[in-house]
Amino acid sequence: MASIQEQAKGKKDGEIRYLTPLNIETSKAKKYCRFQRSGIKYIDYKDADFLLSFVNEQGKLLPRRLTGTSLKFQRKVAVAVKRARHLALMPYVTDLYK
Amino acid sequence: MNHYETVFILNPVLSEEQIKETVKKYEDILVSKGAKMISKEDWGLKKFAYAIQHKKSGFYHMFEYTAPGESINPMEVEFRRDERIMRYLTVKLDKHAIAWAEKRRNRNSKQKAKA
Repeated sequence: MASIQEQAKGKKDGEIRYLTPLNIETSKAKKYCRFQRSGIKYIDYKDADFLLSFVNEQGKLLPRRLTGTSLKFQRKVAVAVKRARHLALMPYVTDLYK
Repeated sequence: MNHYETVFILNPVLSEEQIKETVKKYEDILVSKGAKMISKEDWGLKKFAYAIQHKKSGFYHMFEYTAPGESINPMEVEFRRDERIMRYLTVKLDKHAIAWAEKRRNRNSKQKAKA
């Protein structure tokens, strides 16, 4: 990033110049599939506490783009969550304003 | 022979005697159809995540067994007819699931030994 002096001189025309250099983090930590990384092959529907990390506060499934789960395991997570819901181990819906 | 796992929920109003009797009944049905029991688990009275038949808790029981595929349907018909059973779920286990179930069983038995 150009120093303040350089920016003040206007070395490059057309480029946006700031009084103080902006410090925005652009390279975020890459998401990864935790099942592939830790070698989990089977997702147990009986372990409701673990499955809770894949649903939001309302009890809806979180998308892959948020959790980073690979497609193969996202399908398995979905099946496990649905089984857990059937057995009342997990809620179908949670009303937040109750 | 396939590997299966069945979880079923019993009505919470039942007495201990009735529960034992019901569990025994389904075990007998399975065995008479040629199943081989691997493990039986009693999870006890658990709270539901939502109300089922206006009840907030139930007795969870789990069977793990190997059985011929034709034996599952008669058992599930019995489940549906039985008023004591509130919910049931039968799952066929693949090879990863079998490995996991074994690990889980060992862990549970170890915990029991400690307690």
